[in-house]
Amino acid sequence: MALLTIEHLTKRFGTTTVLVDFSCTIEPGESVALWGPNGAGKTTLLRCVLGVLPFEGIIQIKGIDVQRQGKQARRLVGFVPQEVAFYPTLTVGETAAFFARLRGLDPEEGRRRLVQVALQDRLDQPVGTLSGGQRQRLALALALLGDPPLLLLDEPTSSLDIRSRAEFMDALQKLLAAGKTLLFSTHRFEEVEHLARRVLLLENGHLEADTTPAALARRLFPETSQYRLRLHLPERQRPEAVKTLQTHGFEVWMNGHGLEVRVSLNEKARPLTLLSRAGFEIIDFELHA
Amino acid sequence: MTTTTVRATVSLLARKELHDALRNRWFVLYTVVFAVLALALSWIGLAGGQLYGLAGFGRTTASLINLIMLIVPLMGLTLGALSLALEREQGTLLYILAQPVVPGEVLLGKLLGLAIALTAALSIGFGLSGLLLAWRGSPIGLGAYLGLFGLTILLALLSLSLGILFSSALPRTATALGSALFAWLLLVFLGDLGLLGSALALRISVEQLFTFSLLNPLQVFKVAAILLLRSDLQVLGPAGQYAMHLYGWRLLPLSTSVLLLWTLIPLILAYLFFRRRGAL
Repeated sequence: MALLTIEHLTKRFGTTTVLVDFSCTIEPGESVALWGPNGAGKTTLLRCVLGVLPFEGIIQIKGIDVQRQGKQARRLVGFVPQEVAFYPTLTVGETAAFFARLRGLDPEEGRRRLVQVALQDRLDQPVGTLSGGQRQRLALALALLGDPPLLLLDEPTSSLDIRSRAEFMDALQKLLAAGKTLLFSTHRFEEVEHLARRVLLLENGHLEADTTPAALARRLFPETSQYRLRLHLPERQRPEAVKTLQTHGFEVWMNGHGLEVRVSLNEKARPLTLLSRAGFEIIDFELHA
Repeated sequence: MTTTTVRATVSLLARKELHDALRNRWFVLYTVVFAVLALALSWIGLAGGQLYGLAGFGRTTASLINLIMLIVPLMGLTLGALSLALEREQGTLLYILAQPVVPGEVLLGKLLGLAIALTAALSIGFGLSGLLLAWRGSPIGLGAYLGLFGLTILLALLSLSLGILFSSALPRTATALGSALFAWLLLVFLGDLGLLGSALALRISVEQLFTFSLLNPLQVFKVAAILLLRSDLQVLGPAGQYAMHLYGWRLLPLSTSVLLLWTLIPLILAYLFFRRRGAL
């Protein structure tokens, strides 16, 4: 039995149709990426699956209708939004306890999940003072309350720096290995490549293709064997970083924001590893065909 | 699999709402202002009572009723207007609705939490004022005073449900709050002036004037409160006498029912809007 079934989903906001006759099924243990430009309908699709928006069509999680039995259906789902917003008057511990109780769980379950995302030493810290990465980890801890089989993630790493993003992706990999089902939206191909087994391509609310990360790569970077890796580093570290990469045989040059390195298909991550091991602070990176 | 009852969910959300309300600086300010003014009016009224006898006391009750009519709707309307709209804007509402809860539970939790907070705030004002009146030997009976307290809580609930209606129907906090303040102005100031103006311009009859006044819940509260404290409506002029003649003491349960209706109808509308709009 499919974990998630979506049949003929159409969502309209007034006269604007955001999703058009969208159908798909997701099996337990799958990791599915939603890929598409801004406004393609990715966030709306996730919110419909959560049952927080009214829509036409049918969405079922383990056979439970999210519109008619929303409360039961949401017990099977953990959600990590794009912009994580918590109650500023609560501490990390209070937030975890509150959401645990809301799911009918012992508040101790909240504490256990905080340990899982290494936030156990932040129990008394107000959530407003957490860094972006810590907030996202807290959101993941809350999404895991009650051990739901399906995790919905709406561009979960969009506001994270490179280190936090790597840690977050690592946590998701572990959850996937533990049997969780992931449905996530992203704009980053490297996340699709590392995490997804399947990609749903959305364009103007239509499901353009139900494909694989490799097929998406061929579509995005046709005939490409060389990529440009753009690295964002603090200004003072850039000249030394250029030298380091050049010593390892990379073609590298500086631009306004950082460095650009020409990399081949199979060694896209090597400059990151080299610089990171050499103690350089990589703030962010982008991969271009 | 664990399950949560509706009562447990509503109670948890209500406690959270109460926790936030008690940290809301506007709420604290309203509470202090109401308590200080209620205390001051009672003190002045009692002093006047010693000089002018019952006439002085009449001024106290009138001032107390006017104070309630001015501040309590403002408290309820603003707190209600902020309740959903602010959370919607901050993104916390989406996060709450993504949990195993239904919109009705969220709405009820918010209403209950804010209602408890408002009751606590009013209890402070009424409690201090009541202690003073009892200490100085006021002629207001305990029953009438408690009745006024009950009516005031009903007025607070009514204003809260109107505020929640604005909060659920309007997408932005500023719009919801602006609409709530406009409603407050309309109820507090334009209610009286509008009725007076209409009576003069349209030469409406006493019966029509009384019927129109029932459209404004604040006027209904005023009728019930005066009837409770003074046992007649002479201070309201011919319209009051007409109402007394027509309904007698049935006017009190009638007014209370109208106030209850004014509480329930906005709440039902708020629920319908909230179910449709959700976190957006």
